[in-house]
Amino acid sequence: MSTRSRLSLPLLFALGAALLPGLLPGSAAAEVEQYVIDTEGAHAFVQFRIKHLGFSWLYGRFNDFDGSFSYDPEDSASSAINVAIRTASIDSNHAERDKHLRGKDFLHVDKFPTATFASTGYSPNGDGTGTLTGELTLHGVTRPVTIAVEEIGAGTDPWGGYRRGFQGETSFPLKDFGIDYDLGPAAQVVEIILSVEGIRQDG
Amino acid sequence: MLRNRADRYGLLAMTLHWLVAVLVASLFSLGLWMVNLTYYDAWYRSAPAIHKGTGVLLCLILIARLAWRRLSPPPPPLASHAAWERQAATAAHRLLYGLLFAVMLSGYLISTADGRPIEVFGLFRVPATLSGLPNQADLAGRVHLWLAIGLVSLAGLHALAALKHQFIDRDGTLSRMLGRPPRPPA
Ligand code: HEM
Repeated sequence: MSTRSRLSLPLLFALGAALLPGLLPGSAAAEVEQYVIDTEGAHAFVQFRIKHLGFSWLYGRFNDFDGSFSYDPEDSASSAINVAIRTASIDSNHAERDKHLRGKDFLHVDKFPTATFASTGYSPNGDGTGTLTGELTLHGVTRPVTIAVEEIGAGTDPWGGYRRGFQGETSFPLKDFGIDYDLGPAAQVVEIILSVEGIRQDG
Repeated sequence: MLRNRADRYGLLAMTLHWLVAVLVASLFSLGLWMVNLTYYDAWYRSAPAIHKGTGVLLCLILIARLAWRRLSPPPPPLASHAAWERQAATAAHRLLYGLLFAVMLSGYLISTADGRPIEVFGLFRVPATLSGLPNQADLAGRVHLWLAIGLVSLAGLHALAALKHQFIDRDGTLSRMLGRPPRPPA
C-alpha cells in the first residue's frame, strides 16, 4: 500500500441569524435568511489537510455531508449553522489509505458514522470576516472549536435563486478528538478548510 | 518422475502442492501481521507490497497447477477409502481451490478499488478492472479477511484428514504427496 496517512475532520461553519426587530427602531422587520447548504450541486466542500511526515501537505475531503444556516444581513452576529458529515465518505484519493482512515486507527466509522458541527455564536469583525464558534463532535468526542470565517459573497444566481457563501478555516490536534494513531510529530494537527454555499429557502 | 503416477503424485504436482501450502500459510500470517504495523514501522510500506505481489504470483502458480492437473491427472483415491471419504475429499479440494481464488479476487478488489494497478515486485503490474463500486475497499477487505480465515481453516482440516489417514489408518495418503508410493495393502 502506499503512503497511507492521515485523517481529518469535519467541519463547518457559517452564518446566519436571528433577528431583533424590536431593537431596530424604524426598520421594517428585517428577515432572517434561511439557507440550505448546496451539497446537491456540490458548491460546498469539507476539506482537510495534514502534513505528511513534515515534508508535504496531504489533502482530502468528506464527500457526503449536509447542513443549513441562517443569516441576518443586519445582524450577522445572530447567524447559526449546523452541519452533519458522514465520516465514511472520506476521500484522500487513495482507496487503501481511505480504508485505513475509516478503520479503528482513525475515524472508526462503524462506531462513529457521523461528525457534526453546531454553532454557538458568531462574531463579525466588520470587514467581511468573523469568528464562528461551535461544538464539533468527531470520533465520539464533542469539543468547542473556533472557525475563522470569510464572507465571500451573496446575491441572485442565474437560475432564479439566491445564494450566500463563506469560507472557513480551523485546525486542531487529532488527539483532542481521541484519534491518536502516530503519524509523526509533524502531523499532529489537522487543518480544516470549509467552503460553504447556501441556497436561500425563504423569501 | 515429473508426471503423476497411479500410485503417487509426480514431482511437479508435489512441488506445486507444497509451494501453495507454504505460500498460503505465509500470506495469511503476513496479512494479519501487516495490518497492525504502525506508520513508523520499517515494514509499513513493504509488507503490503510483498503480500500483494506474492498473492498475484500465487494466483499464477494455481493456474499452472490446475493446468497441470488436466495434463497429468492425479492418482485415483486409495481403494481403502470409503465412498463418503472420497466425496468429502473431492468436495474439500474443490472448495479449497474455490476459496483460494475468492481470497485472491477479494484482495485484488481492495487494492484496485480506486483504479490503481497492483505492482508485482517491479516485474509487472496487474491493472484494475472493477473499481469504484460503492464502499469497495472496505467490503472487499472484510470479505478477504473472512474468506482467508475460512481457507486456512479448511486447509487445516484437510491437513488433519491427511495426517489421520497417514498415521492412524496407516494407508499412505500423505506418502503419496511426499514422493513415496503408499505401502501395499496388508
Ligand atoms: C491465499 C492468498 C491470500 C491470503 C491467505 C491472504 C490473507 C490475508 C489476511 C489474513 C489479511 C489480513 C486481513 C485483515 O486482518 O483485515 C490480508 C490483508 C490484505 N490482503 Fe491478502 N491474502 C491473500 C492474497 C491476497 C492477494 C492476491 C491480494 C491482492 C492482490 C491481497 C491483498 C490484501 C490487502 C490489500 C490486504 C490489506 C487489507 C487492509 O489494508 O486492511 N491478498 N490478506
